[in-house]
Amino acid sequence: MKAVLELRDVHKSFMGKKALQGVDLSVGAGSVIGLLGPNGSGKTTLIKIIAGLIKQNAGEVKICGLNPGEETKALVSYLPDTQHLYKWMRVEDAICFYDDFFEDFDRLRCEELLDYMGIDRADKVKDLSKGMYEKTSLALTLARQSRLYVLDEPLGGIDPVARDTIIDTILSNYREDSSFIISTHLVSDVERLFDTVAFIKEGKIILDGEAEELRIERSMSIENIYKEVFRNA
Amino acid sequence: MMENFDEDRPIYIQIGESIKRDIVSGRLKGGDKLPSIRDMSHRFKVNPNTIQRAYAELEYEGVTFTKRGMGTFIIDDDEKLYTLKTDMATKEIENFVDAMKELGFSSREIIELLKHNLKRK
Repeated sequence: MKAVLELRDVHKSFMGKKALQGVDLSVGAGSVIGLLGPNGSGKTTLIKIIAGLIKQNAGEVKICGLNPGEETKALVSYLPDTQHLYKWMRVEDAICFYDDFFEDFDRLRCEELLDYMGIDRADKVKDLSKGMYEKTSLALTLARQSRLYVLDEPLGGIDPVARDTIIDTILSNYREDSSFIISTHLVSDVERLFDTVAFIKEGKIILDGEAEELRIERSMSIENIYKEVFRNA
Repeated sequence: MMENFDEDRPIYIQIGESIKRDIVSGRLKGGDKLPSIRDMSHRFKVNPNTIQRAYAELEYEGVTFTKRGMGTFIIDDDEKLYTLKTDMATKEIENFVDAMKELGFSSREIIELLKHNLKRK
């Protein structure tokens, strides 16, 4: 299985504060990896490096064999954990924006996803509830035909019904040649989605492996392993 | 539909058990085609690779077979399916007996209680 993403000994500091301290990670084609850790563990920093928004201080990052940059941004579809759509936009404008911006954006697919999640394209972005906003940005992110989808906390503050819809949407987007990185601290909600998990603590991956193997080894759910690993964090 | 899994156990094993229960109860029959991996992944809301693994395990156990390009089918062999049924029954009985012993019942008491319960129904 050829790696879609390969990280080797990645370091990143902000004003002397160490955010990442030697991260190694490999993501193969067709896998869904859960990046699990509490707030402040380095998840978002790592994801921003993969998305090409910030640069590591040391170490190697390869996306389909390429260094992060303009070329890899065309391969990586990124869902930020912050509200990134312009407030003045209607959902429809956001669709046009993505359509202009990304060559791999599939407008029909996006409309299909929005309809499925019950989002009205005429709605203004600033009037969307938190859950509706998340669904909208997820639809935009997943409507790209990318090699790597990087979703930073796609389920923060969402009710259980919306959560099921979002999980279904992610599953319907699964292709054997594309991969997902999903960061979260709400493990039980999504642990069935992952084939691989990586636990990140203080900027280091302290445990990773196949989800099912970890369940066999420890007779524990990924959520319970999470609780054990981060008990003292 | 979201099946309840005990996430402390591997999910692929539980998916395999769920399919076997459907076979034993007659909801699935010998020769039936199993849903595609994509459909199953939606039904159980799990990673497609987990379904793939569950299917591989069933095939390894001789419960299913794959026809290239056609999908996964349940074996059409009454004898083997009967064995599957009795194997599952044996497992359930063992669990029950273990639980009763744990509660301190003797074999004779278990049989008496069981008879009584079966008569009631």
